Amino acid sequence: MTLMKTFLGAAASMALTAGAVMAEPAIIFDLGGKFDKSFNEAGFNGAQKWAEETGGSYLEIELQSEAQREQALRRFAETGANPVVTLGFAMSAALSEVAPDFPETTFVANDGWSDAPNVLNVAFAEHEGSYLAGIMAAMASKSNTVGFIGGMDIPLIRKFGCGYAQGVLATNPDAKIISNMTGTTPTAWNDPVKGGELTKAQISQGADVIYAAAGGTGIGVLQTAADEGILSIGVDSNQNYLHPGKVLTSMVKRVDVSVYESMKEGENLKPGMRVMDLAHDGVGLAMDEHNADLVTDEMRAAVDDAKAKIISGEIAVHDYQSDDSCPVINF
Amino acid sequence: MEKMPKWADVALIPFLNLLIAFVLSGLVILAIGENPVKALQMMISGALGSTYGWGYTLYYATNFIFTGLAVSIAFKAAMFNIGGEGQAMVGGLGVALVCLYIPFPHWSVAILFAMIGGAVFGAAWAAIPAYLQAKRGSHVVITTIMFNFIAASLLNYMLVNILRPKGEMNPQTAGFPDATHLPTLHEMLAPFGIAFSKSAPVNVSLFIALAACVVVYLLIWRSRLGYEIRSFGHSQEASVYAGISPVKITMIAMLLSGGLSGMMSINNTMGEAERLVLNSVEGAGFIGIAVALMGRNHPFGVLLAALLFGFLYQGGSELSLWTKIPRELVIVIQGLVILFTGALDNMVRKPVERVFIAAAKRRAS
Repeated sequence: MTLMKTFLGAAASMALTAGAVMAEPAIIFDLGGKFDKSFNEAGFNGAQKWAEETGGSYLEIELQSEAQREQALRRFAETGANPVVTLGFAMSAALSEVAPDFPETTFVANDGWSDAPNVLNVAFAEHEGSYLAGIMAAMASKSNTVGFIGGMDIPLIRKFGCGYAQGVLATNPDAKIISNMTGTTPTAWNDPVKGGELTKAQISQGADVIYAAAGGTGIGVLQTAADEGILSIGVDSNQNYLHPGKVLTSMVKRVDVSVYESMKEGENLKPGMRVMDLAHDGVGLAMDEHNADLVTDEMRAAVDDAKAKIISGEIAVHDYQSDDSCPVINF
Repeated sequence: MEKMPKWADVALIPFLNLLIAFVLSGLVILAIGENPVKALQMMISGALGSTYGWGYTLYYATNFIFTGLAVSIAFKAAMFNIGGEGQAMVGGLGVALVCLYIPFPHWSVAILFAMIGGAVFGAAWAAIPAYLQAKRGSHVVITTIMFNFIAASLLNYMLVNILRPKGEMNPQTAGFPDATHLPTLHEMLAPFGIAFSKSAPVNVSLFIALAACVVVYLLIWRSRLGYEIRSFGHSQEASVYAGISPVKITMIAMLLSGGLSGMMSINNTMGEAERLVLNSVEGAGFIGIAVALMGRNHPFGVLLAALLFGFLYQGGSELSLWTKIPRELVIVIQGLVILFTGALDNMVRKPVERVFIAAAKRRAS
């Protein structure tokens, strides 16, 4: 009897899930995992917000191998999930491969790029947000030396660093910027120990504000900065809370907003190109109770002023990826 | 001393091992609040319930056949080659160089050269530990595992600095030319009117892996060289006395082993990704050890064990696609299977053996 019940229960729940997958959205987290406190977690938060608001549910997978990229895209598309949201540039090749086979499904490429007609490419203006972070770093620095620690050395991360450097130098032309990359392979996204070592190296060169654009590696940067009594700047998600009073601000990339909006629009989502810049609140600085004591009124004014000027076009922040070079800093 | 019947050795004991592993996995799944019956159903239907599932199961199995055979051959010569991972990585480099820089007219020519490229690079990577073992007595377990790290660094360097096309953010090579595209099972079966899932990556390499099983069998049990390898594995002193050169056998067994590991890359690099990516091997080299252990170092056993691990990989993917079971738990399940079939084999073997011997005695008296 009880065995029968178990089987019936299992069959019933199978049937339920089978019925419910129709037109659910799906999200694919990259190899970093959905609790990376950074990029993927921002996507997860957006999906959770959508689920809580609408009472809907979504399909999800945390990738664990390369072969799963195409597999996950195809499987979600085959079951009718729509839209299928992906996170990270590494999905680009798989998207270009799979998307043409499922013209009815809309795919969302956060940070990725595919020219298939049913893909919505979401590009974030990280250089603009990083510019604002640079302004704050320059104003908070007493030693006139600030640091930048990138994750994997790719054009996308140089884009962060270049925007940051422009913001620093626009505020204090005499400032010195020390820049390091954690590595050249994807493990550089998740190496907090090396992040901590680089932080110590930069501190010994005089840096007293360090901006980490390095995924999970940044956790080590923020930790070491807090231990050594200097300020740090977080990235992607709001990381101010990790070390209250020690993290100057976080350059938030609103992946959560992008994911939330994609899921909300659901099947009506239009493919194409979406730019998440300052004007659309796609990037910005995190201000909350954890960094309120660190942020002076002058900083706030300077940041608001620069933000308005960037939106109006008065300040043009150079985008590293537009020509693979940076006018103010060599990487 | 009496022995238990052969069928118990090759079928009953692996089955009991598996059963224990699955029961324990079921308890773990229960502990995190998911339904183990449902999870098992999902794994079976996801891995074996459709041509799509079979396509992925066989794709993974192809990898494991190559690495499992590689470990078995070295094992026959009493060497523990833990370097399958690194040899397959470097083999992938060989396959990639062949596919990228030689303009091939047709895939059938391309695969021959890719096989040679992968095997030569894989064998070359095994050659150094083999030489150190043969001439200097440096233990091959230590050297091969260290060579895995060197292989990873070498691949890093090649992909980041040399083979990565401009503007590409991922450390990977450019896509291989269309002429090197290996026919998938879908393309091969379509002319016969058999519908096989289009999305599954299983390809013609599967048949090469099956052929490799046969070749390895013939080599080990039906050739003079195989006899030398086996006798060397059983007793070095006796085989030296019989005129077998330890240096020669050590080198040959390790080169064959490395070559087989390297040939795995025709499946994952040439057949699936069609470009060389950084972590293309994804642990298949290590799974090969478990496959060889479970398959009792026999090509047919390796084939069956490879299918089982293919099933675990694909079934595990399905679990992470459709349930909230975290990916780490899927690894736990795979780990339990390896633990019980490989490491804790004797835990089941000894009692079962005792039961059979006791039964035989009772019958005799």
